[in-house]
Amino acid sequence: MFDNVPMVVPLVLYFALIMGVAFFGNRLSAGKRTDTADFMEEYFIGGRSMGGFVLAMAIITTYTSASSFIGGPGVAYNLGLGWILLSMIQVPTAFLTLGVLGKRFALIARRTNAVTITDFIRARYGSDLVVVLASLSLLVFFMASMLAQFIGGARLFETVTGYSYQTGLLIFGLTVVIYTTVGGFRAVVLTDTIQGVMMLLASVAILCAVVAAGGGVENIMRTLYTIDPKLLTPTGAGDSIPKPFILSFWVLVGVGVLGLPQTTQKCLGYKDSRSMHNAMVIGTVVVGFTLLAMHLVGAMGRAVLPDISVGDLAVPTLTVRLMSPFWAGIFIAGPLAAIMSTVDSMLIMCSAAIVKDLYFHYVAKNDVKALSPRKVRVMSLIVTATVGALVFLAALRPPSLLVWINLFAFGGLEAVFFCPTLFGLYWRRANSTGAALSMICGAAAFFWFNLTKTSVLGTTAIVPTLVIAIAVFIAGSWLGKEESAEKLRIFDIQ
Amino acid sequence: MASKKFLQTTKRETMIIIALYLLFFVWWYATAYGFGDDPSQYDYILGFPEWFFYSCIVGYVGISFILWIVIRLMFKDLPLDEEAREAEKEEEKNV
Repeated sequence: MFDNVPMVVPLVLYFALIMGVAFFGNRLSAGKRTDTADFMEEYFIGGRSMGGFVLAMAIITTYTSASSFIGGPGVAYNLGLGWILLSMIQVPTAFLTLGVLGKRFALIARRTNAVTITDFIRARYGSDLVVVLASLSLLVFFMASMLAQFIGGARLFETVTGYSYQTGLLIFGLTVVIYTTVGGFRAVVLTDTIQGVMMLLASVAILCAVVAAGGGVENIMRTLYTIDPKLLTPTGAGDSIPKPFILSFWVLVGVGVLGLPQTTQKCLGYKDSRSMHNAMVIGTVVVGFTLLAMHLVGAMGRAVLPDISVGDLAVPTLTVRLMSPFWAGIFIAGPLAAIMSTVDSMLIMCSAAIVKDLYFHYVAKNDVKALSPRKVRVMSLIVTATVGALVFLAALRPPSLLVWINLFAFGGLEAVFFCPTLFGLYWRRANSTGAALSMICGAAAFFWFNLTKTSVLGTTAIVPTLVIAIAVFIAGSWLGKEESAEKLRIFDIQ
Repeated sequence: MASKKFLQTTKRETMIIIALYLLFFVWWYATAYGFGDDPSQYDYILGFPEWFFYSCIVGYVGISFILWIVIRLMFKDLPLDEEAREAEKEEEKNV
């Protein structure tokens, strides 16, 4: 175990740095707000103060996760360049999210004092059923997604440090839960910014190490060709990436990202439209670069170390074997950063869903006297600790395939949130009947297609699911009553 | 409430983004599958197979650059706070 000290030290220092920044973020906002409504705006959305760089990093680091740094490159290791092609579908994530939702969301959020996506949904549809459906599905699918992140983080820790999986899980889980609760949204985005920079640096360093070890790109491609020529094709080894399959990903991680609350929520929290413009460009450049670099690491790593048996171990193994322990310790923080920055955003949103959307609204009846800022903080701690503990317990016995749990959670969130978000912003006829029916049918269809493994025209479950969700939304909205002209004016779609 | 100008601008900008998104998709698809699927016939650029170089590297760099230009030239800096926007509307009336 002592062999690992040079590797563990940078990791521990990195965890300490993140904690420190979170406490600093807490001091930035502490004391400033004594009024509960103000406090919640501060604690859950950082007082809508994000500038361009921070906004870009907050969106990108929340979006990129264990899948992008461990799982995806692992598949690229097995299937080759075709899986990199698939990952590049995600390049437009930042500009699509901000460009389509950004300005309208920001304006309406300010008008209706919306702090969460659920606030927006409440204001737009005015239906308790829709609000409760939104909150519950957010909690369920976030927990599934966090499960994938916890497992990824603990496995990484295990591979690198040699400590047990459980120890890794405990250290990792405690760090994230504590710093998220202490600092609130401001700490989340501050640490996300640092984590984003860390992710960038790490992906450059690991990529350079792999290219150098393989004797240059040309050489690596020649080696891959001798291992299996199919590794160089867009359809991948064994033709495992057929067109209908890869085109499904244009729905799941392409257009579908407009339905992911963890990224769309960031549209409520930026300062001005110039920040948004900058974030679109920075976010696109950064996400494209890290995805390309990390997936190249996976695919090209095959030529350097050809006998890694489990895909998920490709990136950790390459890092540890190709770098000296000290630098491996530093750069393994990149994937850990990707994981923590996803979990913290989800934890703070779970906390907002329970404390603000459900408790404050339904139990405290919006009475600010019943809920002091202090109580918000304590409740938030209890909620994040409980959610963290539940995910921790589930992660003790990990299911094997990391990428798929995360993609399942993605699909579930999109099935529920895609239509209410997008139609709510752009379609005047959208109403609560359509929203409620679409959320229920969308989620049910998604579970059904996944459980029965039914495939329509070779696509994955999300494609028929979204078609159903959209059709039901439109049909339901025509059947239901039109929203009042007054409300439509608030949403600028009269 | 919202000025006409804000609405028109956001609608126009959404359309621009959708156009860019389609452009990226068409480029990604055409270059990925347009160079044939026989790896023994591949040409290489900077060490990468031709399809990969154009689809994944040029596609990414290209869309980032076009996005930067488009945002600089066509995106409007709109005030998001109600008071600021009211003031702007007053100005519009006075002109």
